[in-house]
Amino acid sequence: METLTEPVVIDQMTPTPFRVRSAREELSHTFTLELEPPNGDFVFKPGQFVMIYAFGIGEVPISISSSPAREATILLTIRRTGAVTHALGRLKPGDFVGIRGPYGTPWPMEEAEGRDLLIIGGGIGLAPLRPAIYHAMENRDKYERVIVLYGTRTPDDILFQAQLERFSARTDVTSLVTVDAADRGWRGSVGVVTRLIGRVGFEPANTTAMVCGPEIMMTVTAERLMEGHSMAPENIYVTMERNMKCGIGVCGHCQFGPKFICTDGAVFPYTEVGELFDIKGV
Amino acid sequence: MSEMFVSGQSGIGRLIQALAERGHRVIGPIVRNEALVYDEIGGVEDLPRGWTDLQEPGRYRLEQRGDEKLFGYVVGPHSWKQYLNPPETVLWSGTISPEGFMTDPMPEPPKYAFFGVRPCELAAMQVLDTVYGSDNGTPAMAGRSAQREQTFIVAVNCVEPGGNCFCVSMDTGPTANSGYDISITEIVHHGNMRYLIESGTDAGAEVLAELAPLENASDDEVQTRDGLLAEAAASMGKTLDTEDLADLLKGNALNPRWESIADRCLACANCTLVCPTCFCNTVDDNLSLDGTHATRTRKWDSCFTLGFSYMHGRPMRESVGARYRQWITHKLATWIDQFGEMGCVGCGRCITWCPVGIDITAEAEAIRRGDLRDTQVRIGGFA
Repeated sequence: METLTEPVVIDQMTPTPFRVRSAREELSHTFTLELEPPNGDFVFKPGQFVMIYAFGIGEVPISISSSPAREATILLTIRRTGAVTHALGRLKPGDFVGIRGPYGTPWPMEEAEGRDLLIIGGGIGLAPLRPAIYHAMENRDKYERVIVLYGTRTPDDILFQAQLERFSARTDVTSLVTVDAADRGWRGSVGVVTRLIGRVGFEPANTTAMVCGPEIMMTVTAERLMEGHSMAPENIYVTMERNMKCGIGVCGHCQFGPKFICTDGAVFPYTEVGELFDIKGV
Repeated sequence: MSEMFVSGQSGIGRLIQALAERGHRVIGPIVRNEALVYDEIGGVEDLPRGWTDLQEPGRYRLEQRGDEKLFGYVVGPHSWKQYLNPPETVLWSGTISPEGFMTDPMPEPPKYAFFGVRPCELAAMQVLDTVYGSDNGTPAMAGRSAQREQTFIVAVNCVEPGGNCFCVSMDTGPTANSGYDISITEIVHHGNMRYLIESGTDAGAEVLAELAPLENASDDEVQTRDGLLAEAAASMGKTLDTEDLADLLKGNALNPRWESIADRCLACANCTLVCPTCFCNTVDDNLSLDGTHATRTRKWDSCFTLGFSYMHGRPMRESVGARYRQWITHKLATWIDQFGEMGCVGCGRCITWCPVGIDITAEAEAIRRGDLRDTQVRIGGFA
């Protein structure tokens, strides 16, 4: 639906109302909203994010978790952590949220064509990677190996589990899951996600890695890929997160050294941010 | 160079009046609460005639000069950003209904004339123009852009730099080179207060034409002006060596001096509030009791607060040292990566208004010298 009256002052801080088409619980603290743009298609690239506004409560940056080829709606997969995400988690079909964006840099899907894709996610970090996975599966002939490695806390915390299981049944994609801890019922891997890297075959010189998870997981993963597999840091991409109030480089909150995570990132080649990970409180 | 006119103090009064008659709200320096602040002025009698300001690290005092100068001081705690980017601005407000959001109309931005803008402050406005510039045609802050365009600027060149001024180091003063409609230089010539006036834009020339008849300045008066401005450039209160400074600061992220400065820094955010270029802001949301009407308000924020970097239940920049490092490194180093220039214009406000007198020029110099410890304990410099 359109705004009933157009605002007099339109700037990049003005949200557009999107209607909630569906809301589904994914995990105990994680849910996915399906949102309808008011004027038809919403064009974005894998890895981009939006600022989503819970009416009267506040706004948070959330990466889009749906396929870029999906036209009529977008999916946002959100973990309940604060006031805004809890308010978003109470929305029902027909309710409205405000959306600004899409913002930020995308995963390097075009640059990675003709190469192995090594997609490594940790926890909720699988959500920003899912558009890249969808894009790779929908354009399967453009990539060599497609490998998805996912680590999470417990078997109950496996995001998009049904999809990951479908991937692992396919022959044209390798998909492995590991958990930090599990009880006796779990038959899969236990341990950190980097331990899965040695179990899959890829050609390091012709691989693009896309990594999203907690910062410590991303640094350890990048180091393993560089030291254990001689991957060049420019072929390793990570996506960063910081407090954000604007998404357009004017609130100053998301600065990471010289970078604005919202406009220079959130997806960065490791060469641009790797050194900054070593500086506490940068 | 445009034509140089000259007048006495009555001409300055006529100029203020002419701007008001053109529909501008004229904002200029006034004395309030023992400081020079910016607020609406009605005429030349509102200007701080005969006042000067003494500034040192952590110290600010007004004193009577014993003369009739209108501009015998430098900058106070206010800067023009409080008009172009006010401490609180409603970004958006509206009502939610089953059909979506109904957006409230926003008020028209006021049409200002800024009177008495110093060269470093002109530079600060230009720095913020770059920060708020739009890459995609939609302004980041539509209100500021609209207001900036219709603001008339009367600059005043600085013939008497203050104790914490270092505009020469930052190449922003003491003479205004661009960004003004009219510029004024105050001189004493044969014992008389004289104001050398020139226009920098067509709008400025038009206003000056209305003030006619203005006399043309004599060669002698112009020479006096040029001499005073050259003297001013040679008598800065502070200097900042900017050579290789950006790399120096970026290369010293792990220097223990940051934690040493933190022993003095109160993380009070005064420096960021008085800084004419600090632009960080946050957004506050308010909801009516019945849940149908919401207001989003942008407010100034500061990288010195603990909440600034808060994410997922904890601050990313926990130590005060990390926050001070972020601030000075951003101002003097990473701002260049982001916007192509430094974020400091050399106005000295952060030095004056720091309650413990931390001096950005001294801290940059200490990093350059390799001093690992902050040994300065004395606050202020007045005997």
